[in-house]
Amino acid sequence: MDDGLRRTSRPPEGANAAAHGAEASLSIRASDFELFGLPEQFAVDLARLDAKWKQLQGAAHPDRFATETAAAQRVAMQWAVRINEAYRRLKNPLARAAYLCSLHGVDLEAESNTAMPPAFLMQQMEWRDALSEAATLDAVDALADEVAASRDATLKSLQAQIDGAAHVDWRAVAGTVRGLMFVDRFMSDIDKRVDALS
Amino acid sequence: MALLQISEPGQAPDPHQRRIAVGIDLGTTHSLVAAVRHGVPECLPDEDGRAILPSAVRYTEGGGRQIGHAALAAQADDAENTVVSAKRFMGRTLADVAGHQRLPYRFVDQPGMVGVRTRDGVKTAVEVSAEILATLRFRAEDTFDDDLYGAVITVPAYFDDAQRQATKDAAQLAGLNVLRLINEPTAAAIAYGLDQGVEGLYAVYDLGGGTFDISLLRLARGVFEVVATGGDSALGGDDYDQRLASALLQRAGLKALEALSPRERRNVQTAARRGKEALSESTATTVSFEIDGQAHALEVTRAEFEAATAELTATTLRLLKRVLRDAKVSADAVQGVVMVGGSTRMPAVREAMATLFGRPPLTNLNPDEVVALGAAIQANALAGNTASGDLLLLDVTPLSLGLETMGGLVERVIERNSTIPTAKAQDFTTFKDGQTAMAVHVVQGERELVSECRSLARFELRGIPPMVAGAARIRVTFQVDADGLLSVGAKELTSGVEAAIVVKPSYGLTDEQVATMLKEGFATAESDMAARSLREAQVEAQRMVLATESALAADGDLLEAAERAAIDALVARVQATARDAGEPRAIEAAVEALAQGTEGFAAARMNRGIRDALAGRNVNEI
Repeated sequence: MDDGLRRTSRPPEGANAAAHGAEASLSIRASDFELFGLPEQFAVDLARLDAKWKQLQGAAHPDRFATETAAAQRVAMQWAVRINEAYRRLKNPLARAAYLCSLHGVDLEAESNTAMPPAFLMQQMEWRDALSEAATLDAVDALADEVAASRDATLKSLQAQIDGAAHVDWRAVAGTVRGLMFVDRFMSDIDKRVDALS
Repeated sequence: MALLQISEPGQAPDPHQRRIAVGIDLGTTHSLVAAVRHGVPECLPDEDGRAILPSAVRYTEGGGRQIGHAALAAQADDAENTVVSAKRFMGRTLADVAGHQRLPYRFVDQPGMVGVRTRDGVKTAVEVSAEILATLRFRAEDTFDDDLYGAVITVPAYFDDAQRQATKDAAQLAGLNVLRLINEPTAAAIAYGLDQGVEGLYAVYDLGGGTFDISLLRLARGVFEVVATGGDSALGGDDYDQRLASALLQRAGLKALEALSPRERRNVQTAARRGKEALSESTATTVSFEIDGQAHALEVTRAEFEAATAELTATTLRLLKRVLRDAKVSADAVQGVVMVGGSTRMPAVREAMATLFGRPPLTNLNPDEVVALGAAIQANALAGNTASGDLLLLDVTPLSLGLETMGGLVERVIERNSTIPTAKAQDFTTFKDGQTAMAVHVVQGERELVSECRSLARFELRGIPPMVAGAARIRVTFQVDADGLLSVGAKELTSGVEAAIVVKPSYGLTDEQVATMLKEGFATAESDMAARSLREAQVEAQRMVLATESALAADGDLLEAAERAAIDALVARVQATARDAGEPRAIEAAVEALAQGTEGFAAARMNRGIRDALAGRNVNEI
C-alpha cells in the first residue's frame, strides 16, 4: 500500500497542548514539573506525585462538571487529559528522563540513533540467548531478576548523571535512556515468554 | 438528549431541587435499575415487585413487543423472535460472536453490527437494548412520578470502543441522558463502599450470564483507581449451562445440543440452567426436558457438574492471574475479592477464589444487584446531589489503541490501562514522493498484527501538498473521553491540512441512523418527533442557563464588568429563544453561542480550581 503510514523519528512534544492550543490557557502549558509543583529533577517522590495527581484530578476531572455548561465540560476534559499526560510521564523513569532531555533541547532520537556501546550490545546478545534457551518458568524468572537488577543499577546511575552533576551532559543522558529502552523491550519479551510458559 | 424536569415559563426553578438520577445495569441475562432514595441505594421493582428485568425482547405478531419476564416465558415457543443475551452482539459482527451456530437466531451478517431477523424485521443489539433501557426508564419515571435527569449505565470493563459506543447509542435511542458509562466491577466496588473503607488493592470477580470481567482496583481516600482489567467478553453462566446440557445429552446417548431444533435446544438449556442453580444449594438434582416428544429426567451431582465445567472455571482463574501479573502484584497483596454476577453463587467458583487469595470472597450483597446499586450511587454523585469531593472515579482504557503502519503492523498510540480521559499524538510521514493522501486505520487490541486486532475506523487525510517522501509531518491525535470513547484527528503540520472523526461510523450508529430508527416506529419512542426534539432543546437550554447562573454565583468575581455583561446577554438570549422559538435549531444555536462565550470564564474558573487544589484546600495531602 503506497499511502500507508510511516512513523517519523521525532516523537511530538507537548502534543496535547498543541492539539488544544487554541483554547489553552497559560497554566495548561506549564511544564509537567510546574503543574505538579515538583522540583525539575530526575528523582521523584512517588507518594507526593500520586497525592498531587489525585488533588489535581479532584479539581479538574469531567465527573466534577457533569451538571455544568458545555464550556466547563470541555475545559475539564482538556485539563484532565493534560494532568494524566504529565502524571504518566513523571511516573515512568524513562519517560521522565526523556522529558528532561527535551526540556533541555536534546532529542532522544529513539528511532534513528541505534549506535550503542559494544559492551552493552554484548550483554543484550547474552540475555537474548539466555531467553531462547530458558525452557522453564524458573529459568525465565531468574533471567527476569537479573535484567531487573541491571535496570535498577542503570536507573541509579541515570539519577547520578542528572541530579548529581554540576553540568549535565544531556546527550550522554539521552544515550543511557536509549539503552534502557532496549532493556524495557527485552523485559516485555520476557513477559511474553512467561505468558507462554504459564 | 437530555430529559429533566422543566419548569413552566415564568416560574423560577429551585436550584437546590434534587435531580433524579438512576444507575442501570444493562446485563447479558438480566438488567436492573436503581436509585438513591433517602440516602440509600435500592433497586426499583416493577409493579409486581420484581427488581430483575430479564434482558429479553420478543417481537410479536402485529408489530408488538414483549419485554422481560413475558418475553422469557414465550422464549421456548418462539425462540427465533425472542432475542436474549443481546449484549453479546453489541458492536459485533457475526464472526465475532463465538458459538453463534448454537444459537436459535437467523443472523444477518451486515456491515457494522450483526442483526437478527425477526418477524418485525432485522434488529441489532442496539435496538433490542434500547427496548430494555426504555422499559427501565419508564419504571423509574413511574416510581418517582417525574422525569429523569440522567443515568449512569454500566458496561463490562473489557468492552472495547465499538461496544461502548453501541451501549451509548442504545441509551440515546431510549431517550436517556447518559451521565457516564462506568465499568461494572467498579460499580460493584462502589456498592460495597470500598472507597470509604480501608485503602488498598481489591479484585472484582464478575462472572455474569455472558461476560467475565476481572478488575483490580486501588482505593485510597475518595479516589478510585482501576489498576488493571482483563476478562473475556464471551464467557459466562450461559457457557456453564451449555456445558452441562452437552454433558447430560452425551451421557444419556441423546442427540448433540447442536443437532436439536431451536425450541428443543432452548428447553434443554433452560433445564440445565435450573439444574445448575439447584446445584449451588444441594449436591444432586434432576434435570428434566423433552426431546422428540419424549420426556427425559436425568440425575446429576454437583461433582459431575463441576467436572463438566472445570475448564471454564480454570479459564477464569488463568485470566485473573494474568491481570495480577499485568499489575505486577501477587495474590496475597489483594485485600479483598468482591463477587459479582449470579454465576458467583456456584460453590466451585467461591472455593477457587478462597483458595487463590487465602480468604473468603465478599458475598454479602446480592450479586445480581450489586452493580446497579453502585451505578446508582455514582449517578447520584454526578447529578450533584451529594457534597462534592465524595467520590472520584479514575478509570482506565481496557485495550490499547493504535494505527496501522507499513506491513500491516500496529503502532500503539494509547497503551491499555492508561487513565482516562487521555490524549496522545504520534507523528508519521509519507512513504512515496508526491504522496498527497494518507489512509488512517484505527485499531484496538494488544497484538502486533493489524489482522489480529479489532478494526475501529478508517479515514483519509487528503490534500497533502506534494513533497519528497519523508518530508511531510502528519500528526495523528487520539483522544479518549471519560466514557472511554475515542476520537481521532490527523493534521499535516507544514500545510495545516486536517481530517478528524469520532470513531463511530464503522461500528456504531451515525446520528442520522439513530434518527431514522426513531422515525421508523421504535415502539417506546414518543410519537411526535418534532415535539420531542423541541422539548429536548428547551430542557437543554434550561440546564445550561442554570449551570451558567450557578457558575456566576460561585466565581463571578473573576470577570470584568464588560465580560459579565456579555455573558448575561448570552444567557438572556438563550432564555428568550427557548421561550419564543418554535423550533429546536434556533435554541441549539443560542446554547452553542453561550457555550462559546463562556469558554474563557470556564478556563479561568478551572485555573482557580487547580490553584486551590495545589494549595491543598480541597483535598488533604496524604
